[in-house]
Amino acid sequence: MASEEKQAAYWIANRRIVFSLLTVWFIASFGCSILFVDELDRVRVFGTPLGFWMAHQGSMWIFLALVFIYVGLMKRLDRKFDLHED
Amino acid sequence: MDVQAWTLVIVGLSFALYIGIAIWSKAGSTREFYVASSTVHPVHNGMATAADWMSAASFISMAGLISFMGRDGGVYLMGWTGGYVLLALLLAPYLRKFGKFTVPDFVGDRYYSRSARVVAIVCALFVSFVYVAGQMRGVGIVFSRFLEVNITTGVVVGMSIVFCYAVLGGMKGITYTQVAQYCVLIFAYLVPVIFISLMMTGNPIPQIGFFGEMKDEPGVRLLDKLDGLGQDLGFPAYTSGVRATADIFFITLALMVGTAGLPHIIIRFYTVPSVSKARSSAGWALLFIVILYTTAPAVAVFARTNLLQTVHNTPHTELPPWFHNWERTGLLTFTDKNQDGRVQYYNDTNPAFTPKAEAAGWKGNELRIDRDIIVLANPEIARLPDWVVGLVAAGALAAALSTAAGLLLVISTAVSHDLIKKIVRPDITDKQELLIARVAAGFAVIAAGYFGIRPPGFVAEVVAFAFGLAAASFFPAIVLGIFNKRMNREGAISGMIAGIVFTAAYIIYFKFINPSANTPENWFLHISPEGIGSIGMLLNFAVAITVSWFTPPPPHEIQDLVARIRVPRELDPTA
Repeated sequence: MASEEKQAAYWIANRRIVFSLLTVWFIASFGCSILFVDELDRVRVFGTPLGFWMAHQGSMWIFLALVFIYVGLMKRLDRKFDLHED
Repeated sequence: MDVQAWTLVIVGLSFALYIGIAIWSKAGSTREFYVASSTVHPVHNGMATAADWMSAASFISMAGLISFMGRDGGVYLMGWTGGYVLLALLLAPYLRKFGKFTVPDFVGDRYYSRSARVVAIVCALFVSFVYVAGQMRGVGIVFSRFLEVNITTGVVVGMSIVFCYAVLGGMKGITYTQVAQYCVLIFAYLVPVIFISLMMTGNPIPQIGFFGEMKDEPGVRLLDKLDGLGQDLGFPAYTSGVRATADIFFITLALMVGTAGLPHIIIRFYTVPSVSKARSSAGWALLFIVILYTTAPAVAVFARTNLLQTVHNTPHTELPPWFHNWERTGLLTFTDKNQDGRVQYYNDTNPAFTPKAEAAGWKGNELRIDRDIIVLANPEIARLPDWVVGLVAAGALAAALSTAAGLLLVISTAVSHDLIKKIVRPDITDKQELLIARVAAGFAVIAAGYFGIRPPGFVAEVVAFAFGLAAASFFPAIVLGIFNKRMNREGAISGMIAGIVFTAAYIIYFKFINPSANTPENWFLHISPEGIGSIGMLLNFAVAITVSWFTPPPPHEIQDLVARIRVPRELDPTA
């Protein structure tokens, strides 16, 4: 049935969006702010150690951006598959 | 007017506002009581979620914690915000599409099992009770410090307010009071910090100011100054980390996943009208939370710099008035070990620093500082007007009351809806169920108040428990229920039980049975009890997936249910 194939394609596209955004989420928090924080601290941007800035500011702003990017991408995807609610 | 009068006026006004909202938003049906009829605007729900989430601990204690931990304090900042990315991408939209009232509803229906529902009810009740006791205690402490009444009176006043709007209005009343409470708490948090940031760095935006140069010493960066001040007294540099990377990693993960698995946060996403609004609402919630959470590390830096500059080696009689005010509360204690009349504040546990301290004639650290003071005393340290102190008191109360109300709702729905309606007496009418929900909320308020007045000694210990348990039980069960169509009853239940038993056993062993063994050498893979929920979560996933392979797939109607919650709207089959 066509609508089932459409739903399957929608789900694959949806998963791709979720997993790519979660990859950025992981790199920003666990990567830059925890695992490689000492390496990044050797880099100073405007005089501030980058790893410290990521742990205390940057990662949170990236989280916020990720959620709003997700909202936008999903809105587009819903329309593309004619699954939007309004 | 003096500080007390200002505090009374501001706190009184904020309480009058909450009661007004309660009367205006009385709930008439269970749908209104449980999910505010799913008509809440996404921005309002975002504010309500932020107030629901940010507790007395976030408002009062977090900045202080960070100020003593330095870079390692990032575990709380990232752990308590990163969970919202998981919530937005993996849970909120699908649970909204599922569209029932509670977390046990989802677990029970998706896994077509009464036992799964019971496991979920027990976890939801346990997690929420642990949390709510801490909030009521917070209310009592704020009252006693700012208005000089005893803790019991404070808790009773707080209970009566929550009773009004939680019992009358249910989710509807709670939502709109939480919106008001968010506005009060964020205003109260930001006003003192903006003044302090202007005074210390000349920049009104604290998030930028604390990375900049100092106003008094042009050319010197505030963070470099703080690193130097600390190192001169034997402390590690503020911008460096001390704890093991693996421990930081797993604590952060446990806090993130635990946040995404807390029932009082998850149910907020049932209250918006549609799937796309559940997504955007998660974004608004995170924005409102991040405003406070990115300010907290600035508070930490300003306060610590102030403290190290003004206090160390100053004669006790010459210290500013705030020091003596807070000494009276017992949050600051000074013991003059070397009898020189001056306050020595340094790191006496650092052996490399001992020779220097001895040469100066110091006989150990003489100042003990409670971390809560960093936020509570902030306005006085910065010599801000009296009304700002009253504002901070109202903000702290708003933070504690809003979180308590959200938790009480989870407790009351777990009893009236999940236990009575779904398991014990399915034949009751909507009116009867609503009455039971109100009675349950009433009892929950009284129980929470009791624990607030007589806190069991282990409250602080069990907060780690709440997060660990939420991470190891709900999060994997819900994610698998959405993303793995093949996941069945047997897999989900064995996964939840494995996760809970492992996490609980680890925490109980190190916190209660053998606390003296609670050191990094004895920890499994160097993971502290605070971070063990991460391993419990991974174990849950592994067990659930393995068991589901060897047991029959879920029935067809369940697979159809999963297909339905994956799309925002059903396709027209004729199209």
